[in-house]
Amino acid sequence: MEPTNTADPEYYHKVVDCQYACPAHTPVPEYIRLIAAQKYTEAYIVNWESNVFPGVLGRTCDRPCEPACRRVRVETEPVAICRLKRVAADMKEMDAVADYIPQGPFPQNGKKIALIGGGPASLTVARDLAPLGYELHLYDEQPAGGGMMLTQIPSFRLPITVLQEEVGYILNMGIHTQFNHYVDSLKEMLEKDYDAVFVGTGAPRGRNLEVPGRDEATKNIHIGIDWLQSVAFEHVTKIGRKVIVLGGGNTAMDCCRTSRRMGGDEVKVVVRSPFDEMKASPWEKEDAQHEDIPIIDNHVPKSFELKDGKLIGMIFEKVSPVYDDNGKRKLVPTGEPDVFFEADDVLIAIGQENSFPWIERGIGIEFDKWEMPSVDKVTYQSSIPKVFFGGDSAFGPTNIITAVAQGHQAAVSIDLFCKGEPLANRLHPATNLISTKMGIHEWSYDSVVTIDERFKVPHADKKITLKDRKVEVELGYEAAMAFKEAERCLNCDVQTVFETSRCIECDACMDVCPTQCITFTINADEDELRMKLIVPAMNRTQDLLVSDLLPTGRVMVKDEDVCVHCGLCAERCPTAAWDMQLFSYYTANAGSQNVHA
Amino acid sequence: MSYVRPQFRHPNLLKNEVGYTSKEYEGSLSTLCAGCGHDSIGAAIMQACFEMSIEPHRVAKMSGIGCSSKTPAYFLGKSHGFNSVHGRMPSVSTGAYLANRDLVYIGVSGDGDTASIGMGQFVHAVRRNLNMVYIVMNNGCYGLTKGQDSATADVGSKSKAGSVNQFEPIDLAGLVLELGGTFVGQSFSGDRSQLLPLIKAAIAHKGFAFLNVISPCVTFNNNVGSTKSYDYVREHVAATATVDFVPMMKTISADYAEGADAKVTMHDGSVIALKKLAKDWDPNNRLSAITALHNARTDGKVLTGLLYANETSNELHDILNTTPTPLNSLGQDVLCPGNEKLAEINNALR
Ligand SMILES: Cc1cc2nc3c(=O)[nH]c(=O)nc-3n(C[C@H](O)[C@H](O)[C@H](O)COP(=O)(O)OP(=O)(O)OC[C@H]3O[C@@H](n4cnc5c(N)ncnc54)[C@H](O)[C@@H]3O)c2cc1C
Ligand SMILES: Cc1ncc(C[n+]2csc(CCOP(=O)(O)OP(=O)(O)O)c2C)c(N)n1
Ligand code: SF4
Ligand code: SF4
Ligand code: SF4
Ligand SMILES: [Mg+2]
Repeated sequence: MEPTNTADPEYYHKVVDCQYACPAHTPVPEYIRLIAAQKYTEAYIVNWESNVFPGVLGRTCDRPCEPACRRVRVETEPVAICRLKRVAADMKEMDAVADYIPQGPFPQNGKKIALIGGGPASLTVARDLAPLGYELHLYDEQPAGGGMMLTQIPSFRLPITVLQEEVGYILNMGIHTQFNHYVDSLKEMLEKDYDAVFVGTGAPRGRNLEVPGRDEATKNIHIGIDWLQSVAFEHVTKIGRKVIVLGGGNTAMDCCRTSRRMGGDEVKVVVRSPFDEMKASPWEKEDAQHEDIPIIDNHVPKSFELKDGKLIGMIFEKVSPVYDDNGKRKLVPTGEPDVFFEADDVLIAIGQENSFPWIERGIGIEFDKWEMPSVDKVTYQSSIPKVFFGGDSAFGPTNIITAVAQGHQAAVSIDLFCKGEPLANRLHPATNLISTKMGIHEWSYDSVVTIDERFKVPHADKKITLKDRKVEVELGYEAAMAFKEAERCLNCDVQTVFETSRCIECDACMDVCPTQCITFTINADEDELRMKLIVPAMNRTQDLLVSDLLPTGRVMVKDEDVCVHCGLCAERCPTAAWDMQLFSYYTANAGSQNVHA
Repeated sequence: MSYVRPQFRHPNLLKNEVGYTSKEYEGSLSTLCAGCGHDSIGAAIMQACFEMSIEPHRVAKMSGIGCSSKTPAYFLGKSHGFNSVHGRMPSVSTGAYLANRDLVYIGVSGDGDTASIGMGQFVHAVRRNLNMVYIVMNNGCYGLTKGQDSATADVGSKSKAGSVNQFEPIDLAGLVLELGGTFVGQSFSGDRSQLLPLIKAAIAHKGFAFLNVISPCVTFNNNVGSTKSYDYVREHVAATATVDFVPMMKTISADYAEGADAKVTMHDGSVIALKKLAKDWDPNNRLSAITALHNARTDGKVLTGLLYANETSNELHDILNTTPTPLNSLGQDVLCPGNEKLAEINNALR
């Protein structure tokens, strides 16, 4: 193999598994170390710069970082990255936060931007552009900002005060809000004097289920996301005693758990797919089951059943999954008799769709055959140059952190667009490498690797939480437990940096490495080299660090896969050919050169 | 203070024939200087025992005093060990071996421990053909006491402080050959691919297996002008042959050793396969080994590899015709047969 080009910022970035997996590339280990040092405010700000809603995300994030966490590869459970974020938000000093957050009024640059929709995508664009002097007009049909964080995510997962605080940081930057304002024509919007328009309207339509009885029983059948919104705005205050929730995603989990708090005593989730293949995150399913909600899998809805014109339940067909050679699944009826479940109300939570009834066809926005606008995957520009999309409205429903990441990129584009620069003129990430060596056996990070297993976040008693939908279920870590959980982090951003010219080939690093990452061997092509290592490098998603040629004709090869960043290689190296260096990586956001100058 | 070895190991570690991973062969974390050659030899000993599937509790680690003699603390943490006084490891090993012949004895010593203070003990262990591996981690100095020249330092070799050694070195490998040693090898801590098969062969050897391993002291004897530095040794090694150790159980061993220029079959059936033999040298011939050593020295080279092996010798227990059973497994009645037996013996001597 060629010697590894570690000058490419993506090489070391990839080693920081969590940060790399985070759509917004939040510097995870950095904030975890700050939490361990009880610098909660600083930890909060590190988050806020990247992901804008640390308090919200610390409770609700889909956390793609956690399955990626290196810890999973050496033990079983990842670091509780998400819940540590909440610790930063809960324990920060409110007053101190204001010192870090840009405070208006900002000198204006004369450019005006419309933001349609007030969810996380639009709010991120607003936050990034306001300090640069843009005049931002935000339109939302709801009475307040937050989008689905406000209308969909139930209060027992996300208290309204947490959301309001973080939406407030942004709106207080002098954003002109137009709430209770449904934009019914893009054409009219384009006729106003906006320099650019950002569409962050989400994926607002819940899928319907057309089976016999649907229309007749409609009074007791509700579309999940519409129903959750009605609950949030207290237009709906109760539900029948027996409830069936259809669907296996996170919306279904929120629907069933909300039903339990609205009078549903016998709530069950019925889903077509096998339990393990449900879309809902494992922890959401766990929480639902903990609230005595059975999840009945492999059942396909056949009909709504009525008696005297009123819904009494549903009939399901039992299926089992069959997989073809390509692993594609088919649900095949088992032949067992159909099953009837009683229900006073049914919630349909089988998916969400985009819908743009307010965008006129023929004004220049191109739509594909699925009625999705054509949007550039890097710049988020649409087929009308001054119109940008981001969040669920751009590529379909995902999650908050993706909406934020896309919002950042759209803001970069809008800024370039308004300055008349090509949208390809995007800044590189700001990176740095600094030695952490402090002395003999002394590093500026906590290199000792604990074997503690993941600490469980304490929950409030369900006797209390099931009575009031506004009582938050998770209590969050207390400081002492947060410290211990933070110590589980392996500091993957402290890189093992190797300098070939210093190595005297004493093999000390190879011998001391607890996880057998390092091998000195004769070079070969990648396939062969991977097999030649002390422990063959079978995890192809992880790179090999390959040195230049050494005097004995060998190369040093390090498999990044299960390095625990303990620093022993550098500790045992007599010539400091190895060093443990802190790698920082900040994605360039609009105006970020000012932030990290 | 961050000097703690993590508990995690690679999840795909291999298991050997007795079901252990390399973790079971580790010792505590080394406190030697970073980059010390001794650590590398310790790692090779670990690897050899792991790959030969020797159960750690069947090994006795014997040593004297010195950085080298400290290393048994850093490998095979679940084995027996005796850290004797300076230079007395051969004597203590003799006693241990007589008491329990069932263990695998791995003696670790330094050039000071062996060639200076322990010389008197060492030579007798050789001539008695004690069944043990005896490794000298040879750095040409007394590392533990801050780098004074040892008796293996070459004439003209410069110390870190700048003084030049004027005394003739003791050639330990040559000495062992003279004394009738039955297995002699020489190697370099920085050449694992050669050292590992030599250690395995030494373990498989029945009788006294001696390995003189050049092992740079990075702190006191790795300077320019030293003949025991990493750079100097790398530039001056000359190997007798490449060494491959083929364990006895491998049915493929015949194929595996195929193409070898010479083979040494060990008493247990394992094979040392040698390729690229040096001219005029034969591993079964003591005289050619002595000649090769002298020739290399005249050329300013360090001759490495297997120098000599004799697989037909009688080791100490054979010679003394002592009981095949370890003393700790013999009953009180056998160990102490009583007055009657004593009287019988006494009578026989009258
Ligand atoms: C029940 C449920 C639970 C969820 N839970 C989580 C979770 O725990 N974690 C997570 O990460 N994600 C979760 N999500 C997904 C997440 O909420 C969305 O992916 C995210 O909010 C998308 O952000 P956005 O900015 O693109 O749009 P949205 O948040 O959808 O915001 C769009 C806003 O635009 C407004 N709007 C739309 N059209 C117009 C118009 N024409 N004029 C004016 N205003 C308009 C809407 O009223 C809305 O306020 C959940 C979704 C649902 C449905
Ligand atoms: C009886 C006795 N005399 C002297 C010493 C001091 N001493 C300790 S180690 C050592 C030399 C060790 O040299 P070597 O065996 O080459 O080991 P190294 O440290 O070089 O590996 C000496 C002289 C001692 N410990 N005991
Ligand atoms: S151990 Fe820490 S730095 Fe490494 S992936 Fe997990 S959270 Fe990130
Ligand atoms: S930091 Fe070095 S010694 Fe520790 S696991 Fe990684 S490569 Fe191995
Ligand atoms: S003093 Fe020399 S021999 Fe002793 S540990 Fe240090 S480098 Fe090794
Ligand atoms: Mg010595």
